[in-house]
Amino acid sequence: MDVSKQLEVLSAIPKENYFSCKIEQKLHAQSIDILQLNVGKKCNLSCKHCHVEAGPHRKELMAREVLEKCLQIVTENSIGTIDITGGAPEMNPHLEWFLSQVTSLNKRVIVRSNLVILNDPDYRHFLDLYAEKGVEIVASLPDYHSDRVDRQRGPNVFSQVVAMMQKLNAKGYAQEQSKLQLNLVHNPVGTYVPGCQQSLEFEYKRRLAEHGVVFNQLFSITNCPVGRFLDYLIRSENFDDYMATLVDTYNPNALQSVMCRSTLSVGWDGVLFDCDFNQMLDMPVNHGAPTHIFDFDMDELKKREIVLHNHCYCCTAGAGSSCQGTLEH
Amino acid sequence: MSNQYYDPKDLADFPKITDYATETGDKFFEYYGKATAAGALSEREKSLIALAVSTVRHCPYCIDAYTNKCLSLGVTGDEMMEAIHVGATMAAGDILAHATQMRKIVKKKEM
Repeated sequence: MDVSKQLEVLSAIPKENYFSCKIEQKLHAQSIDILQLNVGKKCNLSCKHCHVEAGPHRKELMAREVLEKCLQIVTENSIGTIDITGGAPEMNPHLEWFLSQVTSLNKRVIVRSNLVILNDPDYRHFLDLYAEKGVEIVASLPDYHSDRVDRQRGPNVFSQVVAMMQKLNAKGYAQEQSKLQLNLVHNPVGTYVPGCQQSLEFEYKRRLAEHGVVFNQLFSITNCPVGRFLDYLIRSENFDDYMATLVDTYNPNALQSVMCRSTLSVGWDGVLFDCDFNQMLDMPVNHGAPTHIFDFDMDELKKREIVLHNHCYCCTAGAGSSCQGTLEH
Repeated sequence: MSNQYYDPKDLADFPKITDYATETGDKFFEYYGKATAAGALSEREKSLIALAVSTVRHCPYCIDAYTNKCLSLGVTGDEMMEAIHVGATMAAGDILAHATQMRKIVKKKEM
């Protein structure tokens, strides 16, 4: 579904439920603590819920010049976390170079990996690179049941992720006394919202221990009604029900700590967004803030007004949701 | 006016059961919150108990709410059905246990 159609669908909820009406105020960023780079839409998987609509057919990849500019910005500013996502970040040919540079800055560097790609001989070397450079890995594993994972992400994905977790554990990831962090992302395999992150983490740890693997933290993320997940909501006639759930469980406390208030998202072509979801809806930062990484201005961007639409409810429903999991604990 | 007694949209109205009896309603929700929160039993276990009771009590709102709660906590359809069978067998056992009354009367009165 093209972007204009997605926005049309998202606008079709009752007017009194519009996110902008619900929050009754403008929302502004407070800082830029996290620079999130979407280094490309190319991916070895084509997950059914993917808001990026990533897949092997996608060509969009972040160019070296954009990465160089990002490197300069994080070097010159007090941005504590560099969060690298995609697609499959490993499919960007400049990732290895970028990691070798950015990990020398003594900042938190995260790569969001599907782990399946590390089984591919062409990308296997990232396993050693991540461990050597102390890269935090945030791996997608939507469930602890293999059938659910494979339904959403593709055949044999669960077994490949577990096999790679075993290798990461052997490298020191998620081991006691080790600084190497391996965190997992849970997102519902269906049109419901995630439950208590702590309860889910307990169950994940118990079930995955049966496979002989361990991890540090579970990040529970609400599926955003954007991209393929929005397609699925409409196809399965669950859109109205899902949106009503998000609206009914709106949590004003979560609004205070939504990720867009402390994150700046960079698209593959250097365009700036408030978050990865706005990126996929082609809604760049607005209200006068610079819209491209080559025009980066910390003072302007750290207090920018956030661009909102009705998909924003996915970050404020229940306990709130972000790329770092639940907002309220 | 709705032309049916049960409307799924009414589930969202549940918090308003405090209307006309605020203090009592608030006390119910305080009790409800404590009873369903994780304690010696996990939130997951309590949600399965609540689902089984919901089906036994034939409450469509509770079945809706606790099926979604179970899904959100990673419970599978197989696990939910197992819990419902526990509820079903308890209901059946309850009925059959009352046959004792029938048997006692029959045995007393038949020649």
